[in-house]
Amino acid sequence: MSAFLHALGQYPFLQHALLGGLLASVGCGVVGSYVVVRRIGFLAGGVAHSVLGGMGAALYYGGDPLLGALAAAVLAALAIGLVARYWREQVDTLIAAIWAVGMAVGILFISRTPGYDTELMSYLFGNILMVTPGELWLMAALDGVLLGIVALYYKALLAVIFDEEFATLRNLPVTALFLLLLLMVALTVVLLIQVVGLILVIALLTLPAAIAGHYTHTLRHMMLGATALGMLFTSSGLALSYGPDLPSGATIIVVAGLAYLASALISRALRQWRARRVAVER
Amino acid sequence: MSTPAVELRHVWFSYGGPVVLEDVSLTVRDGEFLGVVGPNAGGKSTLLKVMLGLLRPQRGEVRVLGRAPVAARRAVGYVPQHLRFPPDFPISVQETVLTGRLGRTRLIGPYTRRDRDIARRVMAEMEVADLAARQLGTLSGGQLQRVLVARALACEPRLLILDEPTANIDMRVETEIFELLRQLNRRMTIIVVSHDIAFISAYVGRVACLNRTLAVHDTAHIDGPLIDALYGSHVHAVEHEHP
Repeated sequence: MSAFLHALGQYPFLQHALLGGLLASVGCGVVGSYVVVRRIGFLAGGVAHSVLGGMGAALYYGGDPLLGALAAAVLAALAIGLVARYWREQVDTLIAAIWAVGMAVGILFISRTPGYDTELMSYLFGNILMVTPGELWLMAALDGVLLGIVALYYKALLAVIFDEEFATLRNLPVTALFLLLLLMVALTVVLLIQVVGLILVIALLTLPAAIAGHYTHTLRHMMLGATALGMLFTSSGLALSYGPDLPSGATIIVVAGLAYLASALISRALRQWRARRVAVER
Repeated sequence: MSTPAVELRHVWFSYGGPVVLEDVSLTVRDGEFLGVVGPNAGGKSTLLKVMLGLLRPQRGEVRVLGRAPVAARRAVGYVPQHLRFPPDFPISVQETVLTGRLGRTRLIGPYTRRDRDIARRVMAEMEVADLAARQLGTLSGGQLQRVLVARALACEPRLLILDEPTANIDMRVETEIFELLRQLNRRMTIIVVSHDIAFISAYVGRVACLNRTLAVHDTAHIDGPLIDALYGSHVHAVEHEHP
């Protein structure tokens, strides 16, 4: 651990990595809370995996893979959102199809682009140690957009994810708000790809928020708690992986997974303990 | 002569299978307290959804507060039958009631001071003010129904529509809620769906009996043979169908 702190003072790439993890945590805490509460984890997974198609196409045509990912994420989110809205019976099948076909298209493009096999691994599993200052600025901008949307539409989004029928009766633009939520998921996926890669995104999008949900009673507090937990997991995962030279993305996810398991057990025990205490007091 | 709160003229509705509403005509006067009764799958919830503009009838005309149902929504408060939400949903009682202000307040940014004042007032009126900070999923059935009525009142409605507001709560709480509705009726029109014709007859002025077709009776004229004719069997058999 002290070796990590020493290195952190010395190497800019490590400072960038730490900052990248902190920036990604904001998005994952805020949007992850919506994903967990609205139970759209599978949908978010579909968006996350299909972005490989966009990244592969961008590589093949010589563009910036992260912008390719952004375009693909937005497209996939809108497609899935419209299907979920107007063709509900087929939504599971369609998410699975977009999930797999997006990845397949990405693999095809990458196989036709010479010399990019190592990059494929970093897209799939992340490579936070390679994050550039330019990408950090992009991440900060995405955070700004996400926080701006939530600041403006917090009450309307809460109403829509809580009781869609009632929101409709209050004349809210329910479909537009749902699509807005999915767009936020798309932006967050892109934000997290650098850190943990597109396969592991879904864990960072759900685990911190789910843990925060064990101990908070309002969405606002859940978002704050999930952001703090995300920062804790990315920083500690990075520190733990540094010494033994483990893949940082995978280490972060394992840390988050263990924390979730512990929290699930603790919150369960707490609930039972409280229930017993109430019963004894009567 | 004021505009009727609700006016249905020869309304037909089907979900694609059998006819659910058959040539239904109904005029609900401004200020009335109307009960809607009928067997399960008799079309009660469908009738409400037509009034709320959530469903469009294939034939016939619907006017609510003199306007098309969707245009009238702003002035209509709605209390659903079963609100399904996960018990750990992170929303407080106060936040739930505040959502009733949507459509009356700005879409962007936080709720205004006026929204909060109105939410506080309707929570006090429904006697849930001391629950304001509680997580919604921790409430009892009776408390939840009061909160949902408060949410509907936060819309400042001229017409309040309730779909079986007391289906899952005990008799004592049911009486309390209907006493509150009786007070609310002094300032707004109320339409309440119920399966318990005997109970609501003590509160409502008229009863609309719906079993695909609709017949309206003054509560003074409700008797055993009428109930039997409506339900097609003894009424107690119907009551027990509700889980």
